[in-house]
Amino acid sequence: MTLPERSPSEPAAGQATDLVVGTSLWADAWKRLRRNRMAVASSGLILLLAVACLVGPPLIAATWGYDEQTQDLAYGPQPPSWEHPFGTDFYGRDLLVRVLSGGRVSLTVGFLAALVAATIGTVYGAVSSYAGGLVDAVMMRAVDVLYALPYMFLVIILVTILGKSLLLVFLALGAVGWLLTARVVRGQVMSLKQQDFVLAAKSLGTPGRDIVFRHLIPNTLGPVIVTFTLTVPSMILQEAFLSFLGLGVQAPRASLGALINDGANQMLVFWWTLVFPGSVMAIMLFALNFLGDGVRDALDPRMRR
Amino acid sequence: MSDTTTEPSPTGDAAEAVLTIRDLRTFFQTDGHVVKAVDGVSFSVRRGETLGVVGESGSGKSVACLSALRLVPSPPAFHPSGEIRFQGRDLLRLPEQEIEALRGNRLAMIFQDPMTSLNPYLRVARQLTEVLEVHRGATPAAARQEAIAMLERVGIPDAGRRIDQYPHQFSGGMRQRVMIAMALLCQPEVLLADEPTTALDVTVQAQILELIAELQASLGTAVVLVTHDLGVVAGTADRVVVMYAGRIVEEGPTGELFADPQHPYTRGLLASMPRIDTPPTGHLEAIAGLPPDLGHLPTGCAFHPRCPLASDRCRREEPPVVAVSAEHRAACFEAEAGG
Amino acid sequence: MSTLPRAESSPLLEVRDLAVRFRLERPGGLLRRGHDELRAVDGVNLVVRRGETLGLVGESGCGKSTTGRAVLQLLKPSAGTVVFDGQPIHDWWVRKGRRWVWDARLRELRRRMQMIFQDPFASLNPRMTVEAILTEPLRNFGLTGGGDRRRRVQELMATVGMDPRFIRRYPHEFSGGQRQRIGIARALALGPDLIVADEPISALDVSIQAQILNLLARLREELGLTMIFIAHDLAAVRHISDRIAVMYLGRIVEEADAREIVAAPRHPYTQALISAVPVPDPVQEATRQRTVLSGEVPSPVNPPSGCPFHSRCPLREDRCTRDVPVLREIAPGHRVACHLVD
Repeated sequence: MTLPERSPSEPAAGQATDLVVGTSLWADAWKRLRRNRMAVASSGLILLLAVACLVGPPLIAATWGYDEQTQDLAYGPQPPSWEHPFGTDFYGRDLLVRVLSGGRVSLTVGFLAALVAATIGTVYGAVSSYAGGLVDAVMMRAVDVLYALPYMFLVIILVTILGKSLLLVFLALGAVGWLLTARVVRGQVMSLKQQDFVLAAKSLGTPGRDIVFRHLIPNTLGPVIVTFTLTVPSMILQEAFLSFLGLGVQAPRASLGALINDGANQMLVFWWTLVFPGSVMAIMLFALNFLGDGVRDALDPRMRR
Repeated sequence: MSDTTTEPSPTGDAAEAVLTIRDLRTFFQTDGHVVKAVDGVSFSVRRGETLGVVGESGSGKSVACLSALRLVPSPPAFHPSGEIRFQGRDLLRLPEQEIEALRGNRLAMIFQDPMTSLNPYLRVARQLTEVLEVHRGATPAAARQEAIAMLERVGIPDAGRRIDQYPHQFSGGMRQRVMIAMALLCQPEVLLADEPTTALDVTVQAQILELIAELQASLGTAVVLVTHDLGVVAGTADRVVVMYAGRIVEEGPTGELFADPQHPYTRGLLASMPRIDTPPTGHLEAIAGLPPDLGHLPTGCAFHPRCPLASDRCRREEPPVVAVSAEHRAACFEAEAGG
Repeated sequence: MSTLPRAESSPLLEVRDLAVRFRLERPGGLLRRGHDELRAVDGVNLVVRRGETLGLVGESGCGKSTTGRAVLQLLKPSAGTVVFDGQPIHDWWVRKGRRWVWDARLRELRRRMQMIFQDPFASLNPRMTVEAILTEPLRNFGLTGGGDRRRRVQELMATVGMDPRFIRRYPHEFSGGQRQRIGIARALALGPDLIVADEPISALDVSIQAQILNLLARLREELGLTMIFIAHDLAAVRHISDRIAVMYLGRIVEEADAREIVAAPRHPYTQALISAVPVPDPVQEATRQRTVLSGEVPSPVNPPSGCPFHSRCPLREDRCTRDVPVLREIAPGHRVACHLVD
């Protein structure tokens, strides 16, 4: 193992010794991530998209005075031009602003649903594995049952019964998306519990609470982050799927899925209504997946092939 | 500067040498720098001989053997120099299909952990007969007969029944026997054994070493025994090569090397081992310091930071190979040349 | 008032009829549950005197590590007594729901008994700095506060031969030997009387093993530690131990002074074990009589009847398959469990 030479820093108060500061595994992972060109480019792209989606619609509204719902039926569907770089749709709505605000919906739903999934999943998985025994068995069987349900079907039923709303879509996605995280965390904690350093902590009189928060959780965080980054694109895709089926975001609001649905209906005539939202979606998913892969490689270099 | 420790065995018998490694370098390209895992290693094994290759982790002993069978993935590995001569051919430059035909057939290898080289999803029978069917074109029935016979030979009781079991149904020692059976099925010229007993208990280690010696005597196989344990080498090897930081620091006939070790590293290893045959001393003469980082080797002799005899010269220059006797050489300024 | 120094030979630890049994769920689905019982430790008796080092040797699966953990109460013994410094600590467990946990006394006892682990890569939390690792035990018991704590941590580092400036580094930045030193420092942090060292050198390189053995020997002298040294390497165990107990299938088969047991082993298993240890001397290796045992260690789920060793014993007689031999003293301080030894 190489010990990188480090400049001595942070002399502790009242202590003369110049301590050699090490590199934590997090810092190491961060360094590896920054060296991964694909991941860096992807995160740049995601950032760019996010900023555009966030700032774009209000900026356009302020400059040209229309938003994603402003119609101009007389104008109708027009191919891309300098005025409307992405063209306009059947109702004469500017497609650029619709794609940007749709992207905002998709990103928000994706991140929030993934966050909800990660939180529920982590807590559930940690509790299940820490409790062990019967509690664990019951909790994990519950996960199995949920896994076995045809999940899209379930969401569709939920949405049809409870009505269509963005909040519901995102709750439905988050509520089912945690299953994977729960399993990952449980597996991780199970193997960590067997590690000697946990036994050592116990042997040193470390209370159970500290074992969980100082030993178990910091060591499960890596896989949780990896699962999270890879859940975001899958949530976006599923939201798009729901919207594509007409169950997600409702007109006149837009999400990328809804836009693609509209575009697909008219693609032979008005190709741009499919191509632009479709490409933005594809780029977004590619970038998120590349970033997710990069994060995984950075956090667990042994997994890298 | 090159070839310091690497003179190929000048002592005749070249005809007798089954496998000859000359000036082998195996480097790894890792992010940023080059790791010199094997750096100019030469040795040979003769028919029926056991060569012990001793070293600690990172000494390059395993990589050297894996390189001989071309089992080191490249990239990241590459060979700036080297020649591995077997049956008049250079294995380093052989096309992949030809090396595959030799591997497991004329050249066999056994590993520390048999589970890594036995397929857990296939019955032992399948794995053993496949070797014979592929390499020798045996019929399935004949191959099965022969496989059972070999399992019996390596001391697996009830071989006819156990051949139809899966690897996980065998204990560690039994699995290693299966590995040995598999390695010897085609009666290879050379058997490379990489820490074959390290994962085993001493009483089982004794069984396995005895088994290898017996089979070697009856089949005339040349054995390269890679180990970190000087005790294992003392009991089994005819000649010994001691490696440190990718180089050979000393080599010689077993008796001579143990009786008159010349390199400070060899001496240090011998002195640092607690022994069961001499009264305990209370304090062990440990080798100070840590093995070097192969990505950042010290200048001059790689051992100098840990060497009690190190002088300025050792820090600057790579030590020459000193011939202590006809077959005994050491790469050290302090080694006594003799004849 | 009269704090008479305890006799040098008064035992610090007395283990009687210690047993640890594990329940193994038999595979077979939810409905047809069955279980086997694995007898990891099956009636072990040990006495460790103050300042003494007892070596515990045996092959994998013989129960030596489990014995070490049960002695430290890191596992609840299934049966038997463990008396530490005159107090029966095996009783200090309380039931909490479905599990057994330590009571306050057993937690407090951590300050007096500690463990060194085999694998220096698994035994240190990779996310913690060395300082955090070494501070943890001090914090758990509210020992030394603030700046003193860092001083104490640096002291510990120096004690185990590490540069005290490295306390802000992480475990992965050290080699195996260095990490093992950190593990030793952690075990010493609370100033224990008893250390159980579980295969502390077997994961290390040959040239590093001697360094760690020397370190342990020095610490033992300087700190007056009592030690149980668990290993499969008989040569290392003999080097560091005063007395050695040989285990086979969860039982002690022979126990004697370290020199005596190697020079004159009486149990056939001990004899085989010693003869199997390779010696780095080709001349001796060529002439040594080696007892190569046939077969392998039986499963502790299904131990043989009678003497646990009878299935591999070259001297087996009829009664060995029937009667369990008891560990009895055949000479002062030399105990053997074999029917054939007088």
